Amino acid sequence: MKKKLLAMLLATAMVCSVTACGGDSAGTADNSADAGETTETTDDAATTDDAAAADDGAADDAAADATGSGSLTGTLKLGVIGPLTGAAALYGNAVDSGSAIAVEEINAISSDFQIELNSQDDEHDAEKSVNAYNNLKDWGAQAIIGCVTTTPCVAVASEANADRMFMLTPSASATDVTKGKDNVYQLCFSDPNQGSASAQYISDNGLAEKVAVIYNNSDAYSTGIYQTFQTAAESLGMDVVSVTTFTDDTANDFSVQLTEAQNAGADLIFLPIYYTPASLIMQQAASMSYDVKFFGVDGMDGILSLEGFDTSLAEGVMLLTPFSADATDDKTVSFVGKYQTANGEIPSQFAADGYDCAYAMYAALTYYADKNGGFNVDGVSYQDLCEILISVFSDPSFSVDGITGEGMTWTAAGEVNKAPKAVVIKDGAYAGL
Amino acid sequence: MLNYLINGISLGSVYAIIALGYTMVYGIAKMLNFAHGDVIMVGGYISFCATSYLGLPVIPSVLLSIFVCTVLGIVIERLAYKPLRAATSLAVLITAIGVSYFLQNAALLIWSSNPKAYPNMVALPPLVIGNTQISAVSLVTIIACIVIMVALTLFTNKTKMGKAMRAVSEDKDAAQLMGINVNATISLTFAIGSGLAAVAGVLLCSAYPTLMPTTGAMPGIKAFTAAVFGGIGSIPGAMLGGILLGIIEIFGKAYISTQLSDAIVFSVLILILLVKPTGLLGRKISEKV
Repeated sequence: MKKKLLAMLLATAMVCSVTACGGDSAGTADNSADAGETTETTDDAATTDDAAAADDGAADDAAADATGSGSLTGTLKLGVIGPLTGAAALYGNAVDSGSAIAVEEINAISSDFQIELNSQDDEHDAEKSVNAYNNLKDWGAQAIIGCVTTTPCVAVASEANADRMFMLTPSASATDVTKGKDNVYQLCFSDPNQGSASAQYISDNGLAEKVAVIYNNSDAYSTGIYQTFQTAAESLGMDVVSVTTFTDDTANDFSVQLTEAQNAGADLIFLPIYYTPASLIMQQAASMSYDVKFFGVDGMDGILSLEGFDTSLAEGVMLLTPFSADATDDKTVSFVGKYQTANGEIPSQFAADGYDCAYAMYAALTYYADKNGGFNVDGVSYQDLCEILISVFSDPSFSVDGITGEGMTWTAAGEVNKAPKAVVIKDGAYAGL
Repeated sequence: MLNYLINGISLGSVYAIIALGYTMVYGIAKMLNFAHGDVIMVGGYISFCATSYLGLPVIPSVLLSIFVCTVLGIVIERLAYKPLRAATSLAVLITAIGVSYFLQNAALLIWSSNPKAYPNMVALPPLVIGNTQISAVSLVTIIACIVIMVALTLFTNKTKMGKAMRAVSEDKDAAQLMGINVNATISLTFAIGSGLAAVAGVLLCSAYPTLMPTTGAMPGIKAFTAAVFGGIGSIPGAMLGGILLGIIEIFGKAYISTQLSDAIVFSVLILILLVKPTGLLGRKISEKV
């Protein structure tokens, strides 16, 4: 019997370790495109021109910022890596659709320069992400938009750094993503910025007397933001009364964490976590009649599109995000309209990040073409393109006006400079603060 | 303190209800059905679809989900486990893991990976005693757990089918010689276990309302632990094990560390098994030579 039980225990351990990887994908995208198909794709894009050009004022505006004397020609093979299936699929699909809209607009500007997009699924898993990256390399990708989530991005960034492949991540915000890697740039705020900006915002606006934090200590993203939040909170003299954690495996019962926060008298809970556990926290706080404010970061984005979620629970939730879909500038309005037509939902910040990433790549190449009296991307190896893009992105006079921020510039370390904005959820939609 | 205890019991009764399914199948068919957690997930999705897409009221959608899971349980048993009746237990175990993956990935294809927020099936006001309150979902879970445990115990001890089950569990060959249809009995066991899984799915998702293809995996493993803890094969043991596991988990989180809660739970399990290898209420079975 002892033996049997031992066997069972071992089996349990095994199952634990297997299930921890999450479900397998429903199949990876086909990546067998070869050089011969380039022209064909260009033709395809040209036929979509008519459709795209008609509805499109914003693209021209964006293009006008960048285009100048030197002309940019050729076809750029751009890879996208993100979770298209799995628990974080909402992010990956948003980035994918956002960047596809941008590429469609860019391809409609001029038939001289086209972008060919190839999206690969990484299921928010580091190993699968490296496989996706290798698939893209085989396909002939010249630069990468990705990865969408932090943990896979760290893994791919090391590979890409060794290979000299340029990466622009729409949303992987940890410093580990860019640290020591000159070829990796972020379009989103880095975690230190999110953590300290949140603390600054809460303190500046006097949102709370006593703050509690619940974070996921099995996740680099969540832990990273928490640490910088804590440091900033201390220096601002903020009263952090309760800090509790959970892991991916214990992300269903938050009664203890909430009770502790309630007993400590916290009137605001900072949640540097993704929206799935956050939705449970809100639901459980409501069921224990704990009336508290919630403040989230960009991972909270998406909570409103969670199917079946009672959005009244998220009423009054504040989150730090650089993009708000109800902004009234032309670019945002045009983007939101197109995204809604294509996907039937309001774009999240991730969709906007994906959109801006594609435009940032385009702007960088145009900038380079301008400076050098023309540039043809055909046949440029990814190593060469990497050095070119690094030189542009690290150039302080290079800036991009996107829908997630005006005048975005980058530091040589790969971090973006743009102003953070906080939004609040009102009547089931984002509203500016 | 009292709050933690109540939370522990309600978390524990969710584990207990899942553990009942594990222990039932193990007790009679002598196999670990690792796909049990995923049948729970299917039960959750079926009831979710019934209420959200078909607009059925709560009771019919729960019944529908029990029906679908029961059929699913029988089909799984017929296709995956029955051909392996004579194979080693290891082969059956691996098959069970395979079935578990099959169900998860099928759910990924059908319902996609986007998490769904589960509607509250038990929309009743919480019970307030003094300044502590017990949510209706917890109460229903605890009551359902006790009812199921009593019903199962009576079923296996008093009815003819139940006696047949116990006979099969003690000695398959002898049972067959006595005229018991072993295959039908094992199918019935799976049917009951899977029906219970549907109930567990509804209660689990009502208490923790996110639904993903992997929803059943971790609670399934915790519940399996609970079943071993209480003495696998023993019906009251599963209930006791589940509730104790829930209480230990919550108290570990509350008083020791939120970071180490799982480590604490599993260390307690190891300690109990060292002292009492058959689990808390497990029967001592002498190996026949």
